[in-house]
Amino acid sequence: MLTVENLTCARGGVPVLTEVSFAVEAGRALILRGPNGIGKTTLLRTLAGLQPATDGTVRFPEDEGAYASHADGIKTALTVTENLKFWADVHAADLPDEILKTFDLADLRDRLGGTLSAGQKRRLGLARLGVIGRKVLFLDEPTVSLDAFSVRMFADWLQNTHLAAGGVAVIATHIDMGLDAPELDLTPFKAADDAGGGSDEAFL
Amino acid sequence: MIALLLRDLRLAIRAGGGFGLGLAFFLIVVVLVPFGVGPETELLSRIAPGILWVASLLAALLSLDRIFALDYEDGSLALLATSPLPMEGAAMIKALAHWITTGLPLTLAAPALGFLLSLAPEAYVYLLISLLVGTPALSMIGTFGAALTVGLRRGGLLLSLLVLPLYVPTLIFGAEAVRRGAEGLDPTGALMLMGGITAGSFALLPFATAAVLRINLR
Repeated sequence: MLTVENLTCARGGVPVLTEVSFAVEAGRALILRGPNGIGKTTLLRTLAGLQPATDGTVRFPEDEGAYASHADGIKTALTVTENLKFWADVHAADLPDEILKTFDLADLRDRLGGTLSAGQKRRLGLARLGVIGRKVLFLDEPTVSLDAFSVRMFADWLQNTHLAAGGVAVIATHIDMGLDAPELDLTPFKAADDAGGGSDEAFL
Repeated sequence: MIALLLRDLRLAIRAGGGFGLGLAFFLIVVVLVPFGVGPETELLSRIAPGILWVASLLAALLSLDRIFALDYEDGSLALLATSPLPMEGAAMIKALAHWITTGLPLTLAAPALGFLLSLAPEAYVYLLISLLVGTPALSMIGTFGAALTVGLRRGGLLLSLLVLPLYVPTLIFGAEAVRRGAEGLDPTGALMLMGGITAGSFALLPFATAAVLRINLR
C-alpha cells in the first residue's frame, strides 16, 4: 500500500538520508529506529508530503496520508469534543462516541484543551487519527508523555482497529510498543557528510 | 471550509482570542485625534476621511500576526496542510474570518466616529460603502503578509513593514471616495477602483499565500 523507492531527503538544505527504499503492505506497520538526528522526523515529513523529496518516489493512495507529530494541533480555547469535531468536519467524517471511549477521553469531553495534562493532550491528538479515517499514518513519536497504560491502549487501537481494517502505519519511536511489526534501522541510509544536492530552498 | 471558518470565529470570541481589540484601538485612535489637532470643526471635518481610513488600516494591522502564528505553533497548520482542505481555500477562509472579526466591526463603528470628527453629512454613506468594499482587501493582503512571516520570531514588526506599503492603494482610493462624497462630487470611480483591488486580491493572493505557507512549513 505504501511504497518508497530510493528516497533522498534533506533538512534545512543538508541531505540527511539517501536511497531509502521499503514497502509496507495493507494491514502492516513499520517501526523506524535510529539514533537522535538520524532523520526520522525528516523522513516522516517527506512521506507525508510536508516537504518535497530531493530524489526518489513515495507512492500511496491519494488523500489517504495523515501525519502526527509532537505538536498535536490542539486549540486550548476549544473543548475536547470541539477539537475533534473540527478535524472530523474538515475530513468530512463523523465523530463516533466510541473514539472518545477508546482513547479514554469520555470524561474529559467538555474540558477545554488548555486545561488538559500533557498525556491527555497526547491522547486527544491521537484520537484525531481515529476520527479522520485515513489509511496511511505517519506517526512521529506517538507515545511521548503517555503512561504505560495509554501506550498499550494506543497500540491496541492501532493493531485491532486501524491495521485490522487494512490501514498502514509508519512509526518512529524509541520504546517497544508491543506491536507485531518489522523494524527498519535508518543508520545505513545516513547521507555522507559531503553529499550535495540538498538545497531545495525556494527562497535561495 | 465552513468548519474552519466557524472554528476561527469561535476562537476569536473565546478568551484570549483578541476579538474587539482592533475595534477598541480604532476607537481610541480616532478619539485621540481631536485632542491632538484641537477642536476646530472645519479642520477636523476636512481631515476626517483620511483619519478614519488610516485608523481602520492600523486597527486591521493589529491582529494580522495571529492569523497563522497560533496555528503554526500548535501544529494545526501542518495538519491542515495534510488534510483534504486545499491550502488556497484555507487561506481565503482565514482572510474572511479576519475580516468578519475586524473589518466588519470597524465598518459598522465608523459612522459613529465620523460624527466625533464632524464628518460632512453627505459623506456617511460613502464612508460605510468604502470601508465595506475596501476592508476585505486589507484582510486578504494582510493574510498574505502573515503567511510570509509565519514561524519568524518577532515577525509582527516585519509584517507591518511588508504589509503597510501594500495597503497604500486601498487607502488612497478609500479616503478619496469619502472626500469626494463629502464635497458632493461623484465618488464612483474611486469606489470602483477599490472594488477592483479587493476582487483582484481575493482572486490572486490565496494562491500566493498557499505557496508561501507550503514553503514555510518545510
